[in-house]
Amino acid sequence: MDKTVNNKAWFLVLPVLVLVAFSAVIPLMTVVNYSVNDTFGNNQFFWAGLEWFEEMVTSSRLHDALGRQVLFSAIILAIEVPLGIFIALNMPKKGFWASLCLVLMALPLLIPFNVVGTIWQIFGRVDIGLLGRGLAAIGIDYNYTNDALDAWITVIVMDVWHWTSLVALLCYAGLQSIAQAYYQAARIDQASRWAVFRYIELPKMQGVLLIAVLLRFMDSFMIYTEPFVVTGGGPGNSTTFLSIDLVKMAVGQFDLGPAAAFSIMYFLVILLVSWVFYTVMTNLDKAEGQ
Amino acid sequence: MAQITLQNLAHSYYPNPQSDKDYALKEMDHVWQDGGAYALLGSSGCGKTTLLNIISGLLRPSHGRVLFGDRDVTDAETAARNIAQVFQFPVVYDTMTVRDNLAFPLRNRGMEAGYIKARVDQIAAMIGMEEMLSRKARGLTADAKQKISLGRGMVREDVNAILFDEPLTVIDPHMKWELRTQLKQLHRQFGHTMIYVTHDQTEALTFADKVVVMYDGRVVQMGTPEELFETPAHTFVGYFIGSPGMNFLDARIEGSRALLAGGGVVDLGAGYGPVSGHSQIGIRPEHALLTDEEGLPVTIRRVEDVGRHRIIRAELNGHAFNLTAPEGLAITPDMTRVVFAPGKVNVYADDWRVTPRAAAAGRAA
Ligand SMILES: Nc1ncnc2c1ncn2[C@@H]1O[C@H](COP(=O)(O)OP(=O)(O)OP(=O)(O)O)[C@@H](O)[C@H]1O
Ligand SMILES: [Mg+2]
Repeated sequence: MDKTVNNKAWFLVLPVLVLVAFSAVIPLMTVVNYSVNDTFGNNQFFWAGLEWFEEMVTSSRLHDALGRQVLFSAIILAIEVPLGIFIALNMPKKGFWASLCLVLMALPLLIPFNVVGTIWQIFGRVDIGLLGRGLAAIGIDYNYTNDALDAWITVIVMDVWHWTSLVALLCYAGLQSIAQAYYQAARIDQASRWAVFRYIELPKMQGVLLIAVLLRFMDSFMIYTEPFVVTGGGPGNSTTFLSIDLVKMAVGQFDLGPAAAFSIMYFLVILLVSWVFYTVMTNLDKAEGQ
Repeated sequence: MAQITLQNLAHSYYPNPQSDKDYALKEMDHVWQDGGAYALLGSSGCGKTTLLNIISGLLRPSHGRVLFGDRDVTDAETAARNIAQVFQFPVVYDTMTVRDNLAFPLRNRGMEAGYIKARVDQIAAMIGMEEMLSRKARGLTADAKQKISLGRGMVREDVNAILFDEPLTVIDPHMKWELRTQLKQLHRQFGHTMIYVTHDQTEALTFADKVVVMYDGRVVQMGTPEELFETPAHTFVGYFIGSPGMNFLDARIEGSRALLAGGGVVDLGAGYGPVSGHSQIGIRPEHALLTDEEGLPVTIRRVEDVGRHRIIRAELNGHAFNLTAPEGLAITPDMTRVVFAPGKVNVYADDWRVTPRAAAAGRAA
């Protein structure tokens, strides 16, 4: 039977196209427009070509922010993923305690970002914060407002506190789907705890781990609110991550051209890294299936 | 290897069992001989898997003890019991190759590589998977997974017992027959105690020296296939073993005669003491013969030819009653009576078999 050809059917796609155009394409085009023009406001544009891109690619300011960003994402992934798995493995499987754990774990995820920032900003203050004063009381010299290392530690601990639950909950869901018979078989086969993890639990968690790593990577790579509220990017530029730098450039200095070029490259980097992650991990999966 | 003894064993999945109903296994005392090949039969939910898990130590019984030989292992870990078990739900380690799957129990016990290789090749040959040894287990068909699961159960030579929980459910009939033969061979070769759970009575009767029938959390009978056929200890055994199952007729027992509830008298061929409770007599279809002479009147509903013999679906006193007619017996319209083979009639009180007082004396009378 021949399919009916009716090109008018394309009109049915129109609403989606319009929606996507308004929500994504047109705003993005504005950015593209800024990135290839110079402007001093008043909607007057002067063609600049790839000048801003060249400036940004060679800018050491951007290189430094990118370096800090990569380091930050790498550190929090290296902490949150293993920690999340570890917590998921040790959570009660059912009953009252399981429910309680789930609720407690979900709490940090429900707190708005700027509130998380504020909580830690106050928590860490040396004059009134519980953490800051506590550390001072036991003789540890801690001050996130003027020590770069302390600022980094604070921002990382805050992110771990905020987001490890997400990894743990995803892993927990993966673990719950493992049939009891697998654990029983492992006991019969005298598998060690490590072997149970390696051959039963980890393979079952692979799918959710892929999602967890991707989400945590993208989110941490775009992080803005929390470190901005806590450290404001300082001391100096030590916690100025890409978003923070971008906002400084666009809103603070009103360098719209460079900021637009920066945004586009930022967007492409995230897209590229996510794609690489995804392809590598799904291919790994396929290779194992052979 | 050791004899397995279950002493006053009972198990409930509830922390505070109230009544008999809460027990998945009711109190039982049984001895499983060293080196025996047992088939465990019973309908769904009667407690077969529970019993196996208690023997292998995956479950701790709520009452009673488990002994291996003279050693009390009730609290011993699965690892300490040295038992192999094949699960109802086939378990394969997805990310390992078929070879690694089969070698896993041996590697975990630190066997040497040369021995592991030889043993894995041997098992792979038994389950017919030599070709697939290097493949990942993920993505294999359900029957291949079941075979791997079975192979992992058989790979260790030093086990106290091997427990099979319906290991061949998704395997095609020809391969099933072959694997069962392999299991029997393995049994002869190593003499492990084997317990084989199945729903399928032919499978049970061909595999085992002893058949164990469970019903509602109890082991109702443990015996040879002949014993189960000739003298079922419980009406469930009579009904479950044989196809079609045993016929039961309500009757009052008086000495060596049974007075049927719907009229008619049956000679029991043995004397019985007073029988209390709900009394019935049980006759195998194979022991009931259709005749045109003296006997109890039956109404024939249907005759089914199943090859070696025919099954006659009839009615006796208004209740369904099955008979078999051997090959060659011509069924004529005036065959409207049935006679029971002497001495093949069993008596039941409240579903349990009553043993005749003195079989010899009864028969002589
Ligand atoms: N983990 C459990 N928790 C609570 N009740 C259970 C559990 N496992 C089994 N039961 C109950 O115990 C009884 C016996 O179950 P079991 O699995 O031993 O039956 P089975 O004879 O193996 O049945 P099947 O032939 O369906 O496998 C059933 O009534 C079942 O519902
Ligand atoms: Mg079962």
